[in-house]
Amino acid sequence: MVLGKVVGTVWATRKDEELVGMKFLIVRHLDVQHKLKETFVVAVDTVQAGVGDVVLVTSGSSARQTAVTKNKPVDAVIVAVVDKLDIQD
Amino acid sequence: MYLAKVIGTVWATRKDENLRTLKLQFIQPINAKREKTGDPLVAVDTIGAGPGETVFYITAREAVIPLPVEMAPVDASIVGIIDRIDPHKP
Repeated sequence: MVLGKVVGTVWATRKDEELVGMKFLIVRHLDVQHKLKETFVVAVDTVQAGVGDVVLVTSGSSARQTAVTKNKPVDAVIVAVVDKLDIQD
Repeated sequence: MYLAKVIGTVWATRKDENLRTLKLQFIQPINAKREKTGDPLVAVDTIGAGPGETVFYITAREAVIPLPVEMAPVDASIVGIIDRIDPHKP
């Protein structure tokens, strides 16, 4: 899983039928110091995350392992809203 | 499988139902010389590793296999704590 910050929402009316009802968020990748990186990913939200939240994003075929995304054409999913990060390095 | 050092812990209350009992660790991938390589990531800890420890981890769909649940949105899992690395000179 990688760390990211929700920076926006994606709206798409014409899409795969299996994706109907899903919420798509734009997640910018974050480094350990909570600094935004240039890269981002569009991820399906399963935990009611909102803009500004720091989240964990799971990608690849593991992204289909939630109740919402099972067997759906999805390769990135928000699986947690991060409360706190304890870095000891 | 890859090598990494545990550099921290992630706390998240709001998360996927199947992640509820799992411990999330922040890890920094390292090479055989124990130098940092690539970006840190979050992995599920299935064996009780602590910060500062060198571990090995698996990625992708296989990362779900060592978990106590059948289905979970996990793409990285720590599966062992490294005691020692003996690199063989070529």
